[in-house]
Amino acid sequence: MDAVLLARLQFAFTLMFHYLFPPVTIGLGVLLVVMEGMYLKTRDLHYEAMAKFWTKVFAVTFAMGVATGIVMEFQFGTNWATYSRFVGDVFGSALAAEGIFAFFLESGFLAVLVFGWDRVSPGMHFFATVMVALGSMFSAVWIVVANSWQQTPAGFHIVGVGSAARAEITDFWAMVFNPSSVERLVHVLLGAFIVGAFVVLSVSAFYLLKGRHLEFARRSFTIALVVAALASLAEVVSGDSQARTLATTQPAKLAAFEGLYRTTPGGTRLTVMGFPDTAEERVRGEIAIPGLLSYLVWGDWNKPVQGLDRVPRADWPPVALPFQAYHVMVGLGFLFVALLAVAVVMRWRGTLFEARWMLWAFVFAVAGPFAANELGWVAAEVGRQPWVVYGLLRTSDATSRSVSAGQVLASLIMFGVIYTLLFAVYVFVLNDKIQHGPDEPAPPPAATTGRELLAAAGGLAGQGGESLTSTGGAAGRAGRE
Amino acid sequence: MDLHLFWFALLGVLLTGYAILDGFDLGVGILHLAARRDDERRVLLNAIGPLWDGNEVWLVTFGGALFAAFPRAYAAVFSAFYLPFMLLLFALIFRAVSIEFRSKREGAAWRRFWDGAFFAASTVATFLMGVAVGDSMLGIPIGPDGDYTGGVVDLLRPYALLVGVLAVATFAMHGSIYLHLKTEGELQRRIHGWMWRTFGFFLVAYMLVTVVTLVTVPAATRNFTRLPWAWVVVLLNILAVANIPRAISKGKPLGAFVSSSCTIAALVFLFGVALFPNLLVSSSDPAWSLTIANAASSEKTLRIMRMIAFLGMPFVAAYTAVVYWVFRGKVELGKFSY
Repeated sequence: MDAVLLARLQFAFTLMFHYLFPPVTIGLGVLLVVMEGMYLKTRDLHYEAMAKFWTKVFAVTFAMGVATGIVMEFQFGTNWATYSRFVGDVFGSALAAEGIFAFFLESGFLAVLVFGWDRVSPGMHFFATVMVALGSMFSAVWIVVANSWQQTPAGFHIVGVGSAARAEITDFWAMVFNPSSVERLVHVLLGAFIVGAFVVLSVSAFYLLKGRHLEFARRSFTIALVVAALASLAEVVSGDSQARTLATTQPAKLAAFEGLYRTTPGGTRLTVMGFPDTAEERVRGEIAIPGLLSYLVWGDWNKPVQGLDRVPRADWPPVALPFQAYHVMVGLGFLFVALLAVAVVMRWRGTLFEARWMLWAFVFAVAGPFAANELGWVAAEVGRQPWVVYGLLRTSDATSRSVSAGQVLASLIMFGVIYTLLFAVYVFVLNDKIQHGPDEPAPPPAATTGRELLAAAGGLAGQGGESLTSTGGAAGRAGRE
Repeated sequence: MDLHLFWFALLGVLLTGYAILDGFDLGVGILHLAARRDDERRVLLNAIGPLWDGNEVWLVTFGGALFAAFPRAYAAVFSAFYLPFMLLLFALIFRAVSIEFRSKREGAAWRRFWDGAFFAASTVATFLMGVAVGDSMLGIPIGPDGDYTGGVVDLLRPYALLVGVLAVATFAMHGSIYLHLKTEGELQRRIHGWMWRTFGFFLVAYMLVTVVTLVTVPAATRNFTRLPWAWVVVLLNILAVANIPRAISKGKPLGAFVSSSCTIAALVFLFGVALFPNLLVSSSDPAWSLTIANAASSEKTLRIMRMIAFLGMPFVAAYTAVVYWVFRGKVELGKFSY
């Protein structure tokens, strides 16, 4: 196999593996802020137990994100030396800003978040939680800015020629606010909120089905349901606006997403599903709605959308993979909206937690947002091909010349083995945490039994636990004093 | 101050910060198996528990700053050291995961496995970083276009391996002094012995590397004729090394820790002096070396990043101070411990 393909496979594999974790921490971070904020406001110990439990899930996931993220930062240099030389001047400031503003913020306050419960005041702890949530979002900002610059370069000029050519920054803010960065950032963050919320929904639904930690699960589920529903709706709007930008900034990519080989006069159809065949330049088994793409892109049913025929053949991206990745992502997005809409209505009516089929749906639905996040990136990155920097640097010219195919193959195999092991361990530990569940929300007084404790918790919460008795409430209060 | 020099110096600061801070937690990993009982190993892990992650960010930021300020050097270094660097990454991954997962389950086999992984990963990572420093001192074959032209075996030279051993010795010593500060009772008494033994190991490696460097690596002292004040750092280095046993025997572990931190800082500084103005010396032709001038980003980028650094550094210092303050004092195993 050739070195470029191997380097791409390694990048794709390590990045897709890495990207299982940061969206969870970004999304969970927001939920932690909500839960701990509720605790500070109400002093209801249930919220504290929730914040503590989800912090543990957050910490394990964060560790995976850090460990696999270091690989990403250095892989530009190890495997993509020519690319690094080309983009260093532009990309570098974004990465440096990420390191200084985001990573230090996250990792510093994470220590307080995870280990600081009994070392700092609740207010200070909440501050740390907010900082960690902000830090994880800041890192998304700089990564997305840098990646968006690769999609829609701006604020630079080219110095030098041939393999010595490089982009030099001329306008920092034009680079940061390049034509796609804000829209893509919004899309990425909303996608992360959805993942984080579905993780909470899945675990909470599991507890509800098993009849464990009911109060904890009901409240976690409700908070996550609100976040997931809002983010999913917003994500549809965000996706739509992004696609419209694509039509002008990266028409070849949009054409690949839509399986649009030929530009036809009049309105352009929207292909709902099908199988693109690039050799024959048509979509097999196509189901399409006439004129809809024109309407979505231009707001005009009759204005044509540009097809791949307007792009030189050498600059065509692959079509089948971005097409399917994009379509499945969009399909999943609408599925989330539908599922969450039903769940919100049922929750409103008070029937949701009795509907076991719905809870089972949520236990497994968590796979959907993970898939949608990954597929979105597959569509975005493969759709940009054959360019690594759109219109400026070809992927085939961007690798490290001094690194042989054999070396990349060796490291790729090692990554394969290590990441498989890592994933198994992660699932194992996470499962352990979920099986163990949250600690019951009351400080354990020496003389009370577990059952009384549960009752005490219910009494304190005023919501009724499994076995609410008036003496339980009193015991809980006595325990706290 | 010249922008190129500023960024060279700032990279030096980041590398020094990394070596001092991650140095002690890597050192704790190197010593991990010397603690026998499970609760002792947990004490060791929790001594670095809240801190190691933030310490590693210094390396990440060093990498980011090298990429941003000197992209040609970043591209050359990491593609040249491809396999060793991949191995380093695997070690760092394993280390992070061992720390995080070891105490998440009971079970002797589970814990033994992660204990071994934590030790091996810490030792391998430290050794490889030392080897990279040694190779940088000697220079490596770099072609006219800034690409590495050698193979993996060209990096495994005796001198580089020796510097790798020095790195392991230094961090083990640094880690043992740190542990002495964070522990108490019976475990602390035994760590007192570790401090002496690792100091002996360090002293032998340090003297050996010094002699071999002076005799076989002429480039290392080339700048001293131009920068005579660099001898002051050499003197400070020797004083710092000498103060370590003095502070230990006087029962002042904090003084010993400061001294070993100063020793590490001085070594990184001397490494910088030896390289300057190169970032990566080409052993094929000195004209092909990557210097702070020919490997740099544009003036504009360096200026923007200097602004980012000035804005961000006070925050970094503040978070670091806050976290070290919150987690000051002896380790106590509690509900939120590893």
